[in-house]
Formats: sequence, structure tokens, C-alpha cells
Amino acid sequence: MSELAQQVHEEPAVYVYQAPVRIWHWINALAIVVLAVTGYFIGSPLPTMPGEASDNFLMGYIRFAHFAAAYIFVIGFLGRAYWAFVGNSHAREIFSPPVFKLSFWGGVWHELKWYLFLAKAPRKYTGHNPLAVLTMHFMFVWGTVFMIVTGLALYGEGAGYDSWQYTLFSSWVIPLFGQSQDVHTFHHLVMWVIIWFVMIHVYVAIREDIMSRQSIVSSMISGWRTFKDRGEVDEESL
Amino acid sequence: MPVKETFYDVMRRQGITRRSFLKFCSLTAAAMGLGPAYAAKIANAMETKPRIPVLWLHGLECTCCSESFIRSGHPLAKDVILSMISLDYDDTIMAAAGHQAEAIVAETIEKYDGQFILACEGNPGLEQENTGGMSCIIAGRPYTEQLREAARHAKAIISWGSCASWGCVQAAAPNPTGATPIHKVPGIADVPIIKVPGCPPISEVMTAVITYILTFERLPSLDRQGRPKMFYSQRIHDKCYRRPHFDAGQFVEHWDDEGARKGYCLYKMGCKGPTTYNACSTIRWNGGLSFPIQSGHPCIGCSEDGFWDKGGFYNRLSNIHQFGIEANADEVGMGAAGIVGGAVAAHAAVSALKRSQHKGDE
Repeated sequence: MSELAQQVHEEPAVYVYQAPVRIWHWINALAIVVLAVTGYFIGSPLPTMPGEASDNFLMGYIRFAHFAAAYIFVIGFLGRAYWAFVGNSHAREIFSPPVFKLSFWGGVWHELKWYLFLAKAPRKYTGHNPLAVLTMHFMFVWGTVFMIVTGLALYGEGAGYDSWQYTLFSSWVIPLFGQSQDVHTFHHLVMWVIIWFVMIHVYVAIREDIMSRQSIVSSMISGWRTFKDRGEVDEESL
Repeated sequence: MPVKETFYDVMRRQGITRRSFLKFCSLTAAAMGLGPAYAAKIANAMETKPRIPVLWLHGLECTCCSESFIRSGHPLAKDVILSMISLDYDDTIMAAAGHQAEAIVAETIEKYDGQFILACEGNPGLEQENTGGMSCIIAGRPYTEQLREAARHAKAIISWGSCASWGCVQAAAPNPTGATPIHKVPGIADVPIIKVPGCPPISEVMTAVITYILTFERLPSLDRQGRPKMFYSQRIHDKCYRRPHFDAGQFVEHWDDEGARKGYCLYKMGCKGPTTYNACSTIRWNGGLSFPIQSGHPCIGCSEDGFWDKGGFYNRLSNIHQFGIEANADEVGMGAAGIVGGAVAAHAAVSALKRSQHKGDE
């Protein structure tokens, strides 16, 4: 007992998530919540409002919140993409999964086994694990790009022919899908893809925080990744 | 060859007063979004320029485009345009029939080679070529042949209506006749194609397109999908008189509710106004009398590509037909979210169980 109590608890730490990445993460999370909720209510509006039309502006406010959050989402994503170039190596991970590296797929396989309860312990990574990188890249990064492009195309329809949104996005996105209705449908579907991502992301982050050998949730707050044991790090950076 | 008559000559011959004629010109200018000065320009063009020969061919269609055309707001003036352009060929309303009628096509092509406008109402069924089916045979020949030949000699093609522009109902899945819009017909000559979609298009839009070509001797500027920008650059929703109810969040929830009586927004009843490019909410129908939304019915999006295959007209969200199911984006998304949520919960439970088994192993 006394021996245990006296044992110094040491947690080696590495600085992984730089401040811009962390700030972006939480702003982006908030924007996604606002976008998904307002977006859902644009597709399926709330029960009808009583009174005169001039006394109400509910759809207007919902759409305003959607567009405002969308601009934060877009600008945030652009800033985050910029940070992938100038930030540390971990800032690049979700943008460029090393899909041509065999060891990367080995890592994905091991991670899958870990989630299927077939592996005893997960590997130890300073940054994201390979499966996380893969999911974030294909579900989140490309989902985000898709939502930004289709979202601005839909916005450009209302903003009109002379708007930059129309020129840069609506002018080619709408004909690409055939018509506006299909763009709406896919914009709506990919919202659900992002919601699925968020569900998995939050669950896995909490689970890993508890069960793996490194910190996850607090790292996105403090930026530091702490390790609960002194074992070798399997890979510093992907 | 005698001097070709102008539109004005024909109008006067038909007993239309100059006053009516000028009214038509200014209304058309307004419909095209041109300034007041253009009314005089249009009048001048109609008085001085020889009329444009038009061949009006019918493929797989319901003739609603012709019906719309002859019910325009200014019947006298428009009748003249109609009878003049149909002078050459329009099998639905022309007097000639049989070999006589077919001879006119050949004659027009020969006489006005490269000058006439080919107006296509309806589209060809390409399955007749692929499988030897016998749909849409005109004068003993497949319509596709007649179309290709006329197109080779035409100055431009006007695709009247959603059939010629997009395919429309006969192209709806499973499209048994292989109905194909004009611009996608293989082997069609490389001439400019103006799409004037709608089922049918608004008559004022139809006459204005012809008037524009006559007045300015060029085709109207088209958007990326080939529709005249002046009529198809805004959605029904953008100019809808019920738009304030949309912004206020006041919707018709049932056909017989208070909102329906008060004229609230039909968005929840499946109105496709927000995704439909057309001029119905500005020009309206039947001489500006009304349009579907004004009469309490949601827009079905008849001028949009694929409007017939997007699920119910009265559903706001499109159906997704993949995997052999009928569901909209929310049903698919929520269903999958339920599965993901269930999987997460189960996974968490197994994780907790596993962990408690090995607690203190390390």
C-alpha cells in the first residue's frame, strides 16, 4: 500500500494540437450543431406561426442562422486548411492520409481489430490513429467540402446571377446535378453523413480517452497529449 | 421571289389595329425585361423585317405547348404570329394534311436553308432505332429522322416545353420508348438550341422568345442549361407573392386548414417553387390572371429536369430510389443514425464489460 502510494505518477506529454486547431475544432463543432438543426428545420419547417405575416420572421431567422453559421463554417475550414500548411505535422494528418503507405493500412487493420475486441490493446500514436485519419478524411473533410460547395451553390440561387456565389458555385453545381432539387437532396443527405460522423467521433473520443493509453478529449482543450504508460510510441506522426 | 411579308403586314391584313399592335409590342418588351424604349424597337422590327420561317415539329408530346401558345394574353396579335409561323408546318393546327403537309417540310427546308427556326414540341423515342419499335412514326418515317434532317438545315432549334428540353413524362423511369430531349439526340446537327421548358411553357414566354429573335436578329442570352436568362434566371419562390408567409414561417399544413384559406405558403405541401426556374410568379398565366400557387396548389416544378421522377408532388423532400426503397433524405439519414446510435451503445456496453473483466490486470 505504502509502496503504491509513493510511486510517482508520471505522464509524459507531447504538444499535439496547436491553438488555431483547437479553437477551430470547437467553433466548427458549434457551427455544425447550428447548421444541422437549422438545416433540418429548413427542410421540415416548424408548425405554422399564428398571427400576421408582418409580425413573424421565423423562417427568416432560421435561414439567417443557417447562413451565418455556414459562413463561419466555410471561413473556419479555409483557415484550418491554411493551418495544414503552416502548422505542425499533426495539423496535416486529416488532410493527407498516407494511403500509399503499407504500414498505414496495417495500422488501420489493427485499429479495426481493437474496435472488434480482437486486439488486446490499441497502438500508441502521438497524433491521430490511422482509422481516425481515414474516417476524418473521407467522412469529415470531404463531407465538409461537399457541403460548402453545394451550400454556396444553393445560396447563390437566392443571391442571384450577379453574386460571386452564383458565378463560382451555382453556375456549375446546379447543371452538374441536373437541377436544384437534387442539390437540395444531396445537401440534406450529406448533413446526415456528418451527423453519423459526429456520433462516432464523440463516442470514440470518449471511449479512447478511457480505454486507450493516451489522452484524447482533454488534448483538444489543452493541446497536450499525455500518455498513461511509458511504453514506446508506435508512430510519432503518420 | 416576292418580297416576304413582315409580321406587321400580316397583322394589318388580319384586321388588327395599330393600337393593338403597339400594345403587344410594349407588353412583350416588358415581359422580356427591356426598357420602354425597346417597345418602339420591337414595333420597328415587326414592321420592317421579314418574318422568320418556322417549322414546328411534333414528337412524343401532348400538344400542351401548342395549346398554351394559342391561349396567350393577346390573342389577336399572337394568333397572327402563330398562323404565320405555322404557315410553314405545324401538323396539329395546319390546314394541309398527308402528302401535302409533308411536302411543305421539304419545301421549307429547301427554300429557307439555314434560315428557318426549327421549333420542336416533344422529343423522339430512340428505342425505335435501337430495337425497331414503332413509336412516333410521322408520314411513315420515324420522327427521329425527320428531326435530324430538319435540324441539319435549321438556323436554330427551339426546344418547346419540358419534353423537348428535358424529356418530361414520357422519359420518366423506366422510359420504355427511350424518349430523349432534343439536345441529347445522337447525330443532331450542331446548331444553337434554346430550351423553353415548362409543361407547358408560358405563352407570353414563347412569343417573346420568337419576338426577341426577330427584333434583335440574334438568339436571347442563355443560361448554362440553355434557357433564356430573361425568363429562367429566377425561381418561382424568389418572386412568389406568398413569400412573406414563408419567411414568417406560416405554412399550409393540410388542404382544408386555416392556412390554406388564408393563402399561406405551400412549402410543406410540397411546393417546388424554391427549386424551379420559371416566370410563373411574375408573368403568370392566362393573361396574367393567376398561376398554380395563386390558385392554392403547390408548384410541381414542371420546368425542371426530372420533375416527374422525384417522388410525390406533395412532398417537400425528394424520394431517393436507391436500394429499392422509397424514402426521403431524412428517413434514410435518421434510419442510419439510429443504426449508428444503436451500434455505439452496444459497442460501449461491450467495451465496459470487457474492461471490467480485466480491471486491475495491469
